[in-house]
Amino acid sequence: MSDFERFIHTFFNLEVAARYWPDILSGLGVTAGIGLLVAVSGLALGVALAVLRAMQIRPLSLLIIAFADILRALPPLVLMIIFFFAFPLIGMPMNAFTTVWLTLTLVLAAYAEESMWGGILALPRGQSEAARSTGLTWWQTMTAVILPQAFRIAVPPLTNRVIAISKNVALGSVVALSEVLNNAQSASSLSANPTPLTMAAFAYLLLFLPVMLAARRLERRWQWKV
Amino acid sequence: MSPSPILELVGLHKAYGSLSVLRGIDLRVWPGEMVCVIGPSGSGKSSMLRCCNRLEESTGGQVVVDGVDITRADVDINTVRQHIGMVFQQFNLYPHLTALGNVALALRKVQGKSKAEAETLAMAALERVGLVDKARVYPAQLSGGQAQRVGIARAIVLEPKLILFDEPTSALDPETVGEVLKVMRQLRETGMTMLVVTHEMGFARAAADRVIFMDGGVIVEEGVPAAVFGAPQHERTKAFLARYHAAE
Ligand SMILES: Nc1ncnc2c1ncn2[C@@H]1O[C@H](COP(=O)(O)OP(=O)(O)OP(=O)(O)O)[C@@H](O)[C@H]1O
Ligand SMILES: [Mg+2]
Repeated sequence: MSDFERFIHTFFNLEVAARYWPDILSGLGVTAGIGLLVAVSGLALGVALAVLRAMQIRPLSLLIIAFADILRALPPLVLMIIFFFAFPLIGMPMNAFTTVWLTLTLVLAAYAEESMWGGILALPRGQSEAARSTGLTWWQTMTAVILPQAFRIAVPPLTNRVIAISKNVALGSVVALSEVLNNAQSASSLSANPTPLTMAAFAYLLLFLPVMLAARRLERRWQWKV
Repeated sequence: MSPSPILELVGLHKAYGSLSVLRGIDLRVWPGEMVCVIGPSGSGKSSMLRCCNRLEESTGGQVVVDGVDITRADVDINTVRQHIGMVFQQFNLYPHLTALGNVALALRKVQGKSKAEAETLAMAALERVGLVDKARVYPAQLSGGQAQRVGIARAIVLEPKLILFDEPTSALDPETVGEVLKVMRQLRETGMTMLVVTHEMGFARAAADRVIFMDGGVIVEEGVPAAVFGAPQHERTKAFLARYHAAE
């Protein structure tokens, strides 16, 4: 066997691929599903927290800052383990899916809150003054003038964060979640061949490249910002 | 029956912490009048203007708009603000909306008009400032003069009783100042009541019904332009105008 043949046999082994592709596919489904749910719930919670913080009620703002700082400081793995192993002890058992979803939602919300807050702060005071001077309420000003602009400012960091955190679905293997990397790892030890990991790599590309492309397009469409 | 003022400031005071910047302003603006406010930097011109729609809260005295003291706690300020337009030095257009969207926003959100109705009215307002052809353009693609005219359209579309202008031409290139002043003159001819803080002495002299000179948080002198510019009574007014002429 030539070196090249050995390389193909090791990383692109069709026999192994044929046997394990259903595992990879179902794992991809789990990863994509949780990733999507986390993106929706994490972004929604993050935006909501940034809006609450903009109300400038001091105790509330301090709570939000504490939440964001703590969740960004802790490794998500630690949170996952706490939720999965400690919550049953206080009568709130969580399955692997819920644990991973909840952990990553909170972590994404913490980052999203900071990005949106940064976007809100970046806007000149005159924006809300102009809106308020025409009779818009605080809430109308927030939803029609402030958030759309803050969101556009926050899109690049948010995209990076959504992708980074969706990759953390792989941490779910500690709570035995059948996500794509976990399944690939089991398959490659069973078959004594790393081909399933190659397949997992392609699965990740399949999942995240479209997200990145979509984000690029959004950024281009919002080029009104000079 | 004598007409009542659109705007009446009674003993208006404003302090930022311990810094007192308005120290008893009494002023009446009558329907259809254009009053220009001049005075050195830091004399409290912007503060006074911003107290008129409560972008700043006054710390004493009254702001009476069309007979209602709007500093009272039970006043719905959002309703009042529909009747008081404001035009800003930095335009403050919403960059994520087109010129049309900028003008139509309050019609939709505050007055609850349909999209079609709001756009028709917004188009009419853009027409009045001569910018129908820029309706679909975003603020970033407008010149300063055009942006400020959109700012004026955004204020007039609500058919306010009074428009407050805070140095509307100070951020403009000299070439575009004229087009904004022209729109303001036309507005005055339609009977709009206007309170204008400005450094454009030529404009104040030619177009104002009355000129107010402020210094140190008080109105030092007021009168028709010919009087204030031609024969100022107070030393501070003379000194200010002399500095101004020297600078020109
Ligand atoms: N938000 C604020 N907090 C503290 N001080 C302020 C604030 N806004 C204005 N001031 C102060 O109040 C005084 C009056 O300011 P104001 O902006 O009303 O003056 P102005 O006559 O409009 O001046 P300019 O011609 O420079 O615009 C100034 O000393 C200014 O520094
Ligand atoms: Mg000022």
